[in-house]
Amino acid sequence: MYRYNDFDDAFLAKRNAQFRAQVQRRIDESLTEDEFRPLRLMNGLYLQLHAYMLRVAIPYGTLSADQMRQLALIADKFDKGYGHFTTRQNIQYNWPKLPEVPDILDALAEVNLHAIQTSGNTIRNVTADHFAGAAADEIADPRPVAELIRQWSTDHPEFQFLPRKFKIAITGSPNDRAVTRAHDIGLRMVERDGEAGFEVIVGGGLGRTPVVGKVIRDFLPRADLLPYLEAIVSVYNTLGRRDNKYKARIKITVNENGLDAVRDKVEARFNELRPLFKGVDQDLLAQIEAHFAAPGFVARDEAPYELAYANDPVFRSWADTNLAAHKAPGYAIVSISLKAHGQTPGDATSDQMRLMADLAERYGYGELRISHEQNVILPHVHKADLPALHAALKEQDLATANIGLISDIIACPGMDYCALATARSIPVAQQIAERFDALKLEHDIGPLKIKISGCINACGHHHVGHIGILGLDRAGVENYQITLGGDGTEDAVIGQRTGPGFAYDEITDAIERIIRTYLELREDDGEAFLAAYRRLGADPFKAALYPEAAKKNAA
Amino acid sequence: MSVIVTDNGFQADDFDGDIVALAEAAEGAVAVELAPDADPQALAGRLPTLQLIAVEFPSFADGRGFTTARQLRLMGFTGRLRARGHVISDQYAMARRSGFDEVEISDDLAARQPETEWKFRADWDRHDYQARLRAG
Ligand code: HEM
Ligand code: SF4
Repeated sequence: MYRYNDFDDAFLAKRNAQFRAQVQRRIDESLTEDEFRPLRLMNGLYLQLHAYMLRVAIPYGTLSADQMRQLALIADKFDKGYGHFTTRQNIQYNWPKLPEVPDILDALAEVNLHAIQTSGNTIRNVTADHFAGAAADEIADPRPVAELIRQWSTDHPEFQFLPRKFKIAITGSPNDRAVTRAHDIGLRMVERDGEAGFEVIVGGGLGRTPVVGKVIRDFLPRADLLPYLEAIVSVYNTLGRRDNKYKARIKITVNENGLDAVRDKVEARFNELRPLFKGVDQDLLAQIEAHFAAPGFVARDEAPYELAYANDPVFRSWADTNLAAHKAPGYAIVSISLKAHGQTPGDATSDQMRLMADLAERYGYGELRISHEQNVILPHVHKADLPALHAALKEQDLATANIGLISDIIACPGMDYCALATARSIPVAQQIAERFDALKLEHDIGPLKIKISGCINACGHHHVGHIGILGLDRAGVENYQITLGGDGTEDAVIGQRTGPGFAYDEITDAIERIIRTYLELREDDGEAFLAAYRRLGADPFKAALYPEAAKKNAA
Repeated sequence: MSVIVTDNGFQADDFDGDIVALAEAAEGAVAVELAPDADPQALAGRLPTLQLIAVEFPSFADGRGFTTARQLRLMGFTGRLRARGHVISDQYAMARRSGFDEVEISDDLAARQPETEWKFRADWDRHDYQARLRAG
């Protein structure tokens, strides 16, 4: 894991001192609220429905046990004893008080964490595959490159006042778990003729205009990365629209100007910038890579795992859903669900955070990850330790066996916390999870991604949910639109709307009708929902959702 | 009136030529002002004769000028480069790092954000990730 050097430490201390002064100047009014706004946003501080909200970056989703403990301490000391893990590998605290925020930032700095550029019109926290460094299917660990990008984008003088926010995601695996096609820039690590490089995708995004990103460079040599990124963002800074914030993202810039015109400008700018990078960045990258060396995996007897798997059905069910293939023999990647049925997706209490930190230390080389699906991951656990780990997780309600299943729902904060919301999303997620838990159908249904947003900004990624739910406001009443067939992986697809929306007290029934239709029509239990939908099309699901309309059509 | 900010703090404008809008600049003009949406390429070939270029910032939230400044430096401009308009003290380091020599602000802004706030960032060349990545 990356450990700050003297430069990083000094930078962050200085930056925190600057923000402390800015808070003071806001309090004494030498800064107007208008002027303070972008400065607090650059430091992760939002003004929310009830209070300020502080968004802390978990760079590329990687945390150490000590960092997790510090997040728990902050939750206790400055908040109400919990934090909320988001889809962009951040943790949000919903109740900090403005004068205390500088102290929180200092507490974060003690463990090499910060809230820099987690909001505002700047390059945001870089996200990466949450299985990075552990997955069996990985070409290379993307985290050293992500750390290099973090350093390059942090405080970049040219890019603090872009037309709009700018998000970069990176994956080192052909199976894209980082949703690279829904980011302003997506990077996929690839190899060509034995040379390492990147496929560069530009102009993806969700929000009110969902767009699947397009390939701007199919092979970029590794050492060209920073000048190429700088060229893209620099061209966007001048070309992006500033007259309408809904048309300001690079996805619109690319659509309005055309990919080829944007590419030409980027390549021209790249040629100017390339000579400025003389290789020091690559030396730095090599140093960073040393920080991410894999732990010393050991060979051990897997018998305790086999025994528990054979004899304990609860353990078996958890192992079947919550484990993923590890690159080292005998090891597993463990996903800890923050989606206990009926809980707020992504919330963790300070006690839960401390337990996860302790378990990471005892069984997982002190490493944790946060996924964009709002779960916590222990990337390196030997199978022999899984029964003990599972037992310990049960104590804190952290052993829910639902990863990738219907109740593993992504939901944005919605009306419960968010000033922009047009509908509730958390209670909808809770109701759906409880319904299918009561029906005992969850494991029978198999892999299914439901994603819920409380307004068209789409923070809950509903466009790429196999089932997406979008909460709107129709004349003062909550109304939920359903989309089907979305997919956030390497074959990214935007889901299609089924038709008119449903009221708050109808939406769970509507989801159940979709699921019952799927269970009836699937070829066998090996055909997952998304595959069945692709084979069947939307019609049978629409017929189930709108029986009246179907009757009329038939008549 | 306005105030010029440099690493030394506030000072009066000591440039004693006329700064004219690019569109109105005659052949031999020595100082021009670039509108926020101007393409710096429009000055290609004229840079050696220019003593000063002022880049306009219509709002502190509009960061195009930072890219314009870098472009001008990349094109080889070595004269005086000035950020002019709504730039706030918190942006001073960004302006300097992007290639500006100085910032021109209104008296109003100078009253609200006094000299000490600007000098707080006079150490703009320290703690700079960009310099680290490009050095050598
Ligand atoms: C609670 C306060 C929040 C506010 C006010 C907020 C605001 C917004 C806005 C205005 C957009 C649309 C931007 C655009 O398309 O230009 C957006 C997009 C987004 N937000 Fe949030 N958000 C909040 C919370 C969250 C949370 C908790 C998450 C993660 C769970 C999140 C993740 C995202 C993501 C992934 C997008 C995707 C759209 C894209 O970038 O293409 N946001 N947010
Ligand atoms: S989708 Fe809308 S309601 Fe949900 S968090 Fe984003 S802005 Fe708020």
